[in-house]
Amino acid sequence: MVHDGDEPTRHGADEVCLAFTRALRAAGVAVTQDRTHGFLAAVALLGLDDQRATYLAGRATLCAGPDDLERYDQVFDAWFNARDGLPRTRPAQPATPGFSDLPATDADGTGESDDEVVRAMASDTEVLRHRDVAAMTPAERARLAGMFATLRCRPPMRRTARHQAWHRGDVDASRTLRASLRRLGEPAEIAWRRRGVRPRRVVLLVDVSGSMSGYADPLLRLAHRFTQSARERGGVVETFTVGTRLTHLTRALRLRDPERALVAAGETVPDWSGGTRLGETLRFFLDRWGRRGMARGAVVVVFSDGWERGDPSLLAEQMARLHRIAHRVIWVNPHRGKAGYEPVQQGVLAALPHCDDFIAGHSLATYAELAEVVSRA
Amino acid sequence: MELESTRDVAARLGETGYLCDESLATVTYLALRMQRPLLLEGEPGTGKTALAEALAESLDLPLVRLQCYEGIDATQALYDWDFPRQILHLRALEAAGAAKEQPSVEEAEKSLYDARFLLARPVLAALQQSPAVLLVDEVDRADDEFEAFLLEVLSTYQVTIPELGTVKAAVPPIVILTSNRTRELHDALKRRCLYHWIEHPGLEREVEIVRSRAPEVSEALGRQVVTLVQQLRARDDLQKPPGVAETLDWARALHHLGTTELDLATAAATLGALVKYREDADRVRQALDSMLRA
Repeated sequence: MVHDGDEPTRHGADEVCLAFTRALRAAGVAVTQDRTHGFLAAVALLGLDDQRATYLAGRATLCAGPDDLERYDQVFDAWFNARDGLPRTRPAQPATPGFSDLPATDADGTGESDDEVVRAMASDTEVLRHRDVAAMTPAERARLAGMFATLRCRPPMRRTARHQAWHRGDVDASRTLRASLRRLGEPAEIAWRRRGVRPRRVVLLVDVSGSMSGYADPLLRLAHRFTQSARERGGVVETFTVGTRLTHLTRALRLRDPERALVAAGETVPDWSGGTRLGETLRFFLDRWGRRGMARGAVVVVFSDGWERGDPSLLAEQMARLHRIAHRVIWVNPHRGKAGYEPVQQGVLAALPHCDDFIAGHSLATYAELAEVVSRA
Repeated sequence: MELESTRDVAARLGETGYLCDESLATVTYLALRMQRPLLLEGEPGTGKTALAEALAESLDLPLVRLQCYEGIDATQALYDWDFPRQILHLRALEAAGAAKEQPSVEEAEKSLYDARFLLARPVLAALQQSPAVLLVDEVDRADDEFEAFLLEVLSTYQVTIPELGTVKAAVPPIVILTSNRTRELHDALKRRCLYHWIEHPGLEREVEIVRSRAPEVSEALGRQVVTLVQQLRARDDLQKPPGVAETLDWARALHHLGTTELDLATAAATLGALVKYREDADRVRQALDSMLRA
């Protein structure tokens, strides 16, 4: 079978191994010269005759993390297990579904298949990011729910009165003295200190009246995301729903799992899709909670479309009060991002002079923007 | 003393009750022979720290442990001067000086930086005691600066103390680094090390581990416990899937309650040993019934 002319060229073992590291590098694993060296030394130690040992030696010396391991396995298999002695062609890639392959809406949604769909269609998620959340089908909403986890919600920071030890800054007299006492009164190193930083409190007021009903679910998910990421950094996010009455939701949203938190929130709020008496509930919030300290120095975010049934002058008055207490007041209006929107609703007109920011809030992309504004407040 | 092969390593570790699979044994063997640090990553509770302990025990070497934490620096890892004792020494010299002639300034100064005033912290201790096993635990918790410092020590196995000179290990210590991947380690540090990702063990191996680590637990119970834990790990909705350490805890907890056969009531009552989140506990409790019946 083998003709004289094209006898397969023989390669030394070191050559084969070296070439393997090159192939690995081509596959995207960051193989450096010293790693290659380590690999050859390891193979020499374990013996070349044992393929399994060669495999393990490479895993230990050439890989730097779990991401590398999978690639390594593939390249190793292709390089050393090519049975006919020739480099094999790449296995056919499973065709990635394109845009047109959107699955039929499965409202009874099994979470698993939805997940796969999300992963397969990155471009689709990009579209979803900019879609109006109120106009989505249940399946799209379910997929969007998972995407909330990608939002980066860093809490805003404030300086504290307390100082903390630092390697430069002001002289920390008492710590310097204590250190010196510990050394029997000999002057020791000078200790330094600086003002510490802590997360600033964030208060979210979510309008759950009828005109906002399409946004209630995503907004509560957003509130949950804020709450959880602030918690990781030791911050506090307080959430209330406003409608015909004021409901404190913070406790429900502290549940780690978003689905359970939302169920708990749903059970707590009595006035879903009711009317809006924004001015009155805001006054209640300020009297009962805000003035006593919750809104003081906090970043307050109001999610509302500004359809006010009550007296707009009351709303203006309360917003002015809020603005005086809070560090920053941000008004998020889901209709703001839509074409042709003008802030003509009486509520919005009354509130706008007392807001620091007025931003859109109808899609995931705008929520990401909001998170950015809040974290910089 | 000298380990000849991969199988040798596995057997020696097995004697101490640490059961490792072929890949871990190979990496350990390579680390010993190539005198390179071994970087172990993996889920919490898969036996990263235990490997160092088992290695020290099986090779009959002292184990020096350096637990990393945020803000750890060289004086806590390497060495420090015992300042109060140095001052005391100076005062003693003063008192003695009043009686007889004064020692020269240089002599007094020199006597201050003596080896007896040196506090050896883990890394220096490991170099001095070598051969030893140095365990750098949870290196991902330390800061980047500390990593750079480790890098220096791990590449030369020597430490220079300006006042005393260089301490070099006669035999490089066996170094094991563990990381829980709370942050990505620097590439330069990884390059120095052999890398291994420890997976959760398979069913049979975990049953063996339970048998060897908790011999008081009956075999039937051990198998039942492991089967259940393996099923739980296969679910992807748990926030913190139980590790081997949790399996052992649970098996022991059940044993202390006098259980020989797992049933719903005792399983639910002892769940606290297995899952550590309220949400997880609820999910597991819901699933237990069907899992136990299967």
